[in-house]
Amino acid sequence: MSFWEVAARYFPYILAGVPVTLALTVLGILPGTAFGFILAMGRRSRAPWFRVPAAVYIDVVRGTPLVVQVFFFGFALPFLFHYSPPQWPTAVGVLAFNSSAYIAEIFRAAIGGVPRGQWEAARSLGLTHNQALFRVILPQALRIAIPPWGNEFVALLKDSSLLFLIGVAELTTRGSLAQGHNFRPEVDWAIVAFLYLVFTVPLMHVVRRLEGRFTGGGRAF
Amino acid sequence: MVVLSDVWKRFGPVEVLRGVDLAVERGEVLVLLGPSGSGKSTLLRCMNGLTPVDRGRVEIAGEPLPKREADLNRLRAKVGMVFQQFNLFPHLTALGNITLAPRLVLGLSRAEAEARARELLRRVGLPDKADAYPAELSGGQQQRVAIARALAMEPKVMLFDEPTSALDPEMIQEVLDVMRDLARSGMTMVVVSHEMGFAREVADRVALLFDGRIVEQGPPDEVFRRPRHPRAQAFLAKIL
Repeated sequence: MSFWEVAARYFPYILAGVPVTLALTVLGILPGTAFGFILAMGRRSRAPWFRVPAAVYIDVVRGTPLVVQVFFFGFALPFLFHYSPPQWPTAVGVLAFNSSAYIAEIFRAAIGGVPRGQWEAARSLGLTHNQALFRVILPQALRIAIPPWGNEFVALLKDSSLLFLIGVAELTTRGSLAQGHNFRPEVDWAIVAFLYLVFTVPLMHVVRRLEGRFTGGGRAF
Repeated sequence: MVVLSDVWKRFGPVEVLRGVDLAVERGEVLVLLGPSGSGKSTLLRCMNGLTPVDRGRVEIAGEPLPKREADLNRLRAKVGMVFQQFNLFPHLTALGNITLAPRLVLGLSRAEAEARARELLRRVGLPDKADAYPAELSGGQQQRVAIARALAMEPKVMLFDEPTSALDPEMIQEVLDVMRDLARSGMTMVVVSHEMGFAREVADRVALLFDGRIVEQGPPDEVFRRPRHPRAQAFLAKIL
């Protein structure tokens, strides 16, 4: 069979992995973002009980390969607790666990990216630290954080492919299964790559446009 | 109104303030002069606790600058500050900038705060800019909004940290005009500035800061015409 004939026959099968990949990424990055925000607050905190655990968590996550994290969640934790949770919570958990640390650093950098004068102006008006943070600094920091957050979303979309190691039926897993069926790796992996690109390229384009808007002149707010 | 006694401040190895004594009376306009790096801005920042002092005493309106953060916030609300870089909040309109602190700190209702803000915008000559964002305003306009923002807290003292240094020459006058009006209205002001014309005309007193010490102070005419300290003579010869 020609390339295109195989492609036409297996495309729908592989395509069925796309919604899974997208759903896992979205479900992973939402708690990852919320938790990342808390971690960023922790990193900035003066209280050691908050700052130290946050810093350790971020270092552990950023200092280990995602593959190891996938195996840890998929195999080590079930072994330790004599309990195997369903695949989905495990998969979403790994992605949230992983992305939260990177997003924490994004938030931290964004807060640090707001000029010092903004703090000084807010504090000199009598605002408390928290009022200054939530009313003056964070509204600006969140705008700064949007493009790198978009990059993290794209990265996580691609990284979710590693969930094939624990058998979640996402895009890469489907490609692998198709290959086992038709022995045409050149077709299957071209389809998988194409389907990732359909989502990553437009997203990257949007991120690049946002970066231009936020760093260039004109009215950023 | 503002009393500093024997104020010392060190940043790392650099002793920025070395025993400053200074008293500003109610309604007085004091202009701080000195070469860059002499500690003028640091001195100003010590007056509202943005920079904590290492040693010495700072008193505002008869109250020592408190150590506790909550008390410090309360006191800061009485000391207005205007910055060289304006530091307007870019995500808020002029009105939003001016009403934020009165609403959060003084507990004013939106209507009260906005009425006060519009009155202040009129006073600084920008009645039609309430809904403009800082990025839509010129430097001079931004600085005038920043002055209105500080005034909205009804401060007892206004501190100006080189308010015209970041402005294009044609915008300096409009900001100085607002400051002159403010001085005439009886506001107590401490101004770090290189605007000699302003100092001569508006200041009740000028103080010269060198290497973290006040070496000379007095009425502008006297200090400018007959500086006693040799370094003051050299400095004034350069800028006058």
